Amino acid sequence: MATTKVPISTDVVSDVVAEAIPAGMEMVMMPVGIPGYTLRQEQRTIPATEPPVLPINADLKFIGRSPERWDGHAKVSGQARYTADVQLPGMLYAKFANSNVPHAKVVAVDTSAAEKVPGVKGVFVIENLLGSAKLLNPALDVSKYPIIRYAGQPIAAVAATSPQIAEDAARRIKIQYEARPFVVAMEQARQADAPMVFPGPANEEGTAGGGGGAADVPQTGNIHGPSVNTHGDVEQGFKEADVVVESHYTTQVQVHNALESHGVVADWKPGLLTVWASTQGTASVREGLAGFFRLPKSQVRVITEFMGGGFGAKFGPGNPGVVAAALSKQTGLPVRLMLDRKEEQLSVGNRPSSDQTLKIGARKDGTLTAVQLVSYGTAGCGTGAGCAGPATNMYQYDSLRTEENDVFTNAGPGTAFRAPGHPQGAFALEQTIDELAERLKMDPLDLRDKIDRNSARRVERQVIRESAIWKTRNAKPNVDSGHIKRGVGVAQGVWYRNISMDSAAEVRVHQDGSVEVLSAVQDIGGGIKTVMAQILSEQFGVPPQQVSVKIGDTNYPVGPNSGGSVTTASLTPAVRDAAWQAAQKFLAGVAPALGATPEDLVLVDGEVRSRSGKMAPITFRRAAAKMNTSEVSAQARRIPDYDRKAYETYGGVDVAEIEVDVEVGLIRVKRILAAHDCGRPMNPQQTKSQINGGVIQGMSYALYEDRLLDPNYGLMVNPNLDRYQIAGSREIPQIEVHLVQSYIGQSSTDASGIGEPGGIIATPAAIANAFYNATGVRMRSLPMTPAAVLTALAHSQQKKETA
Amino acid sequence: MSEAKLPADQKDPAADPLHSDRDHPVENKAAKGMTRRGFLKGAGVTAAGTALLEGAQVFSREALAATRGEVSGVKEYGPGPVQVSLQVNGKEQNVLIEPRSTLADALRLDLGLTGTKVVCDRGACSACTVLLDNVPINSCMTLAMDAVGHRVTTIEGLAKDGEMHPVQAAFVKHDALQCGFCTPGMVMTCSALLEKNPKPTEEDVRTAIAGNLCRCGTYPKIFAATLEVAGVSSPEVTPKA
Ligand code: FES
Ligand code: FES
Repeated sequence: MATTKVPISTDVVSDVVAEAIPAGMEMVMMPVGIPGYTLRQEQRTIPATEPPVLPINADLKFIGRSPERWDGHAKVSGQARYTADVQLPGMLYAKFANSNVPHAKVVAVDTSAAEKVPGVKGVFVIENLLGSAKLLNPALDVSKYPIIRYAGQPIAAVAATSPQIAEDAARRIKIQYEARPFVVAMEQARQADAPMVFPGPANEEGTAGGGGGAADVPQTGNIHGPSVNTHGDVEQGFKEADVVVESHYTTQVQVHNALESHGVVADWKPGLLTVWASTQGTASVREGLAGFFRLPKSQVRVITEFMGGGFGAKFGPGNPGVVAAALSKQTGLPVRLMLDRKEEQLSVGNRPSSDQTLKIGARKDGTLTAVQLVSYGTAGCGTGAGCAGPATNMYQYDSLRTEENDVFTNAGPGTAFRAPGHPQGAFALEQTIDELAERLKMDPLDLRDKIDRNSARRVERQVIRESAIWKTRNAKPNVDSGHIKRGVGVAQGVWYRNISMDSAAEVRVHQDGSVEVLSAVQDIGGGIKTVMAQILSEQFGVPPQQVSVKIGDTNYPVGPNSGGSVTTASLTPAVRDAAWQAAQKFLAGVAPALGATPEDLVLVDGEVRSRSGKMAPITFRRAAAKMNTSEVSAQARRIPDYDRKAYETYGGVDVAEIEVDVEVGLIRVKRILAAHDCGRPMNPQQTKSQINGGVIQGMSYALYEDRLLDPNYGLMVNPNLDRYQIAGSREIPQIEVHLVQSYIGQSSTDASGIGEPGGIIATPAAIANAFYNATGVRMRSLPMTPAAVLTALAHSQQKKETA
Repeated sequence: MSEAKLPADQKDPAADPLHSDRDHPVENKAAKGMTRRGFLKGAGVTAAGTALLEGAQVFSREALAATRGEVSGVKEYGPGPVQVSLQVNGKEQNVLIEPRSTLADALRLDLGLTGTKVVCDRGACSACTVLLDNVPINSCMTLAMDAVGHRVTTIEGLAKDGEMHPVQAAFVKHDALQCGFCTPGMVMTCSALLEKNPKPTEEDVRTAIAGNLCRCGTYPKIFAATLEVAGVSSPEVTPKA
C-alpha cells in the first residue's frame, strides 16, 4: 500500500490556487474513472488529517482482493448465533394474537383465558401500533385499540415458558370485532364508492431504509396523491417528438422473505434494556426503543451479531420489538419474539404493486423529448408505492412529468424493498426504450448510448455488446419457428450514492500485535465484516483472518443502518481513517524505543520502516512489543464526500437469454450477463455474490412471486414458502457478473454500495425484453407466469386475426 | 417445561383462521392422521414436485401402519413431557420433551444445537435439514419422538476432529453463503448428496438442493463448491456468457 500522498507537481497547481486552499485542507490527486477506459487523476481538496490517497485496486494487497468471508467458518459450522438462536436463562417465548379480519374496529380484547394457561407469564395488548400509515386527524376514528386495517395485524401477545404454550395461549385471546367493509384489490380501491381504508388523510413515515410516501399530497378516497414532479414542458416535448410510445404496465406485490424472520430477544433490566434484534440497523432499533419507552439511548443496547437476511424491511424495533420489550419489562424476564413465516409475510412489509402509464417521445436520432409517467400502486395500509425513479434519473430528456399515487388497501403495509420503486419503474421504462429502439430502427444499446450520459453504464454496454450472448441475439423478434423460442434482451438500472454520516469505527492496536476494529454496524449478508478486516490488513499487514472484527453492538461507535446500499460507502472511510490514525499513534508510541522520530517511520506491508533508512525494517508485531502503552486506539467518523458537487449514480446493464415454450407458457432463463459498477469494489467475490443475489431475486420477482389476497375474505392465500413461490436451484440460470471498477474520488476508500444497483432493477426488464425478442409479444404485466404468458400470446394472436 | 400442556389434537384451528393451518394441503393430511412424519425431505417444494424422496422410506412402514389404523401394540405418549434419549452427533442425550415437539425444536431449544434453522416450519425450505441415519430430512417435519433409535447428525456434528467437512471448506472458499441462514441446511444436503453420489453432475446438485431455499441467491456458488469437492468441473458453473 502506498503510504505517501500523491505529490502534486507545482506546474499543475499554481500558487494562486494553492493559496486558496482553506486551513486544515490539502490538495491531492485521486484516481478517477474506469481502468482500461477513462482512468485519470483528478484533483480534490480534502482535510489534511485524511489518510493517503489509495491507488487503484491493482496496486493494493488486501483491499480489492477477495479474501474469504471473515465469518464464513462460523456460518458453515452452525456456530454463528443469530437472534433466533439467542437463549437466555429463564427466557420466555412470546407469540402474537393477530387479526383474522381485514378491516374492523376492535371493541374488546379478553385475555383472561390466555392468562390462565399454565406457563403463561405475561400478556400484552397493543395500543400503539407501528408500521402502518397514521390518520392525520385521529379524532376521525376514535378507538381504544388500533383499528384493524389488514388481516394479520397484531393485536396482543403472550409470553410463556415454551413456544408451544405461548401459541396455545395466544389462541385463547378473545377478540371482539366490529367488522367494516374492506377492499384488497387496488383497482377496486381506486373506485369512488370503494370502502375507505382511512376515513381521512393519512401518512406513513419512512424508515431508515427508505419507504414511506410523499406526505404533503392530496388524498381522495383511497388515493393518496398525486405526488408530482415536472421538468420542462412535456406537451411541447411530445409535439417535437417524431415517435411517441405509450403503454400500460402492472406489477405485483412481492414479499421480502428474508430467511430469518423479524424478531428480537428483549431483556429489560433496571437501568439497561438489552435487545438482540434481526435488524438492518442496530442504531434504528436503539433509537426506536428509546423513543417508544422514553428511555435515554444510553440505557438501550442493541446487539446483532449475525443476521439472517434483510432486504429493506428490517429497520426500527417494529411491533415485535416494542411488544417483546414491554413483555420483558412486565415479567422481569428476557423474552424472545420471532415472527413465524405467515406473520412475516403479512405484517412486516412488502414491495408495493404498480400500475403505470408511461409515455415517451423521441426524435429520429433517439434523443428523448418528453417522458411522462402516471403511476398508481398499493402499499396496503402504508404508503411508498412511487416508482418514478428510473424514468426520472436514468436518461437525458428535454421534459418530464411524473405523477405518483399511493392507493390504500386493506393489506399489510409496504416497506422499503431492495431498490424501492426501481424494479417496477425499470420494468416499464426499459421495455418502452426497447420499443422505441425498434420503432426508430436503432440497436437498443446504441439508443441507450445516445440518451444515457453515465460513463460506467457506457462501458457496461460495451461489455454487453462484445459478449457472446449479445452476439447471438437476433435483432428481429420471433424468428424461431418451433414451440421453444429463444430470445435475448437487455435492460439497465440506476441507483444513487447514499451516505450515512452516522458511520463511525474504532481501531485498536495492542502490544501483542493484535488489531481490532469496532463498530455498531451490522452485517446483513453483504460481508462488511470481511471488508473491515481487509482495510486493517492493508494498514497493518496483518492477514484479514487475524484481524478481530467486532460489530453489531451499540456499545461500539455508531454504525450506519444498512438501507439504500449505504453500508460500505459510508462506513469504510471511517474504518480506514481510524486505522490510519491508530497507525500514526502506534508509530509515535514505538518511535522512542526504536530510536527514531515518528515522522521518520512508516508502516508498510506489515513492516515499520524508516524513511531516511536510519533503521532496518522491523515487523509490525515486533515493533508492537515496544509500544509505550498496552494499547493505542483511534476513533473516526465519516466525513462528507470529498467533492459533493459530483453527484454520482450507479447502475448496471443486464442481458438475459431466455427460452419460451409457447405451448405451455413456460419461461426458462438460460443465461444472465450482469455488468455492474459500484465505485471501488472492496471485495469482488462478495460483490459478485450480492449481484448474483440481486439477479436471482429479480428473476424470481419477474417469473414467480406474487402475494395473493382473497378478495372475498381479505386473507393472504399463499402466506408460506410452499405456495409463495421463489426461485429455487432448478430455476437458476448461468450467471456471469462483470464488475466495472469505477473510481469517483469521493472518500478515503472510494467505495460504493451494490445491494440495490445489482440485478434486482434491471434483470426483470431484461427478461421482459428477451421475451419480446423471442416471441414478438410484449409482457406488460408481472409476474410472467405460464398462465400470463399464454394469455398474452393468445391476445396478440387474436389481435392479428381481427386485424 | 413441567407444566401440563394442551395436547396437540385439542388445537382448534377454526378458532383463528390466521393461525390455523387449514389452508395448507400438507397440514390437511396431518389432520387426517398421516402426521407430519410422513412428510420428509423433498415433498413438493419450490417446484411442482410431488414425489417423496429417499428420506420418506425411513418411516414408510410406520406411516403406512398409521394410515391403515393399525394401532394395536402402539404405546401412547403425552400430552405431558416425556423423557427420551436422542442420539445426536454420536452422543446419547436425554431430553424431556413434549411428544408433539419437532426434532428441530428439540435440537434447538432443548439441546442448544441452534445451527439447525427453522424458517417455514412446514417442509417448504429445508433450512432445518439434518441427517437421520445419513439421510437428509426436514427436522421441522419430523417429531423428535420419531428420531429415537436413529442417528441424528446436525451441522455441528459434520466437522471431524476439528477439521471442517470438505463441503464446509468449499462453501467458504467459493463464498457460497451470504447471510448464512440457509447455509447449514445447504451444507447438510450437499454433504449427503456426495455421500451417496460422489461424482454428481450439476443437475444432480440442483436436484439435491431443489428443496433448499436461499433468499440471498447463493445457488451458483453452491453448485460450484459442491462440484469442486467432487472433483467435477462443470461448464455451467464457470459460464462464459
Ligand atoms: S423445511 Fe423445515 S423449516 Fe422449512
Ligand atoms: S445465504 Fe442468506 S438465505 Fe442463503
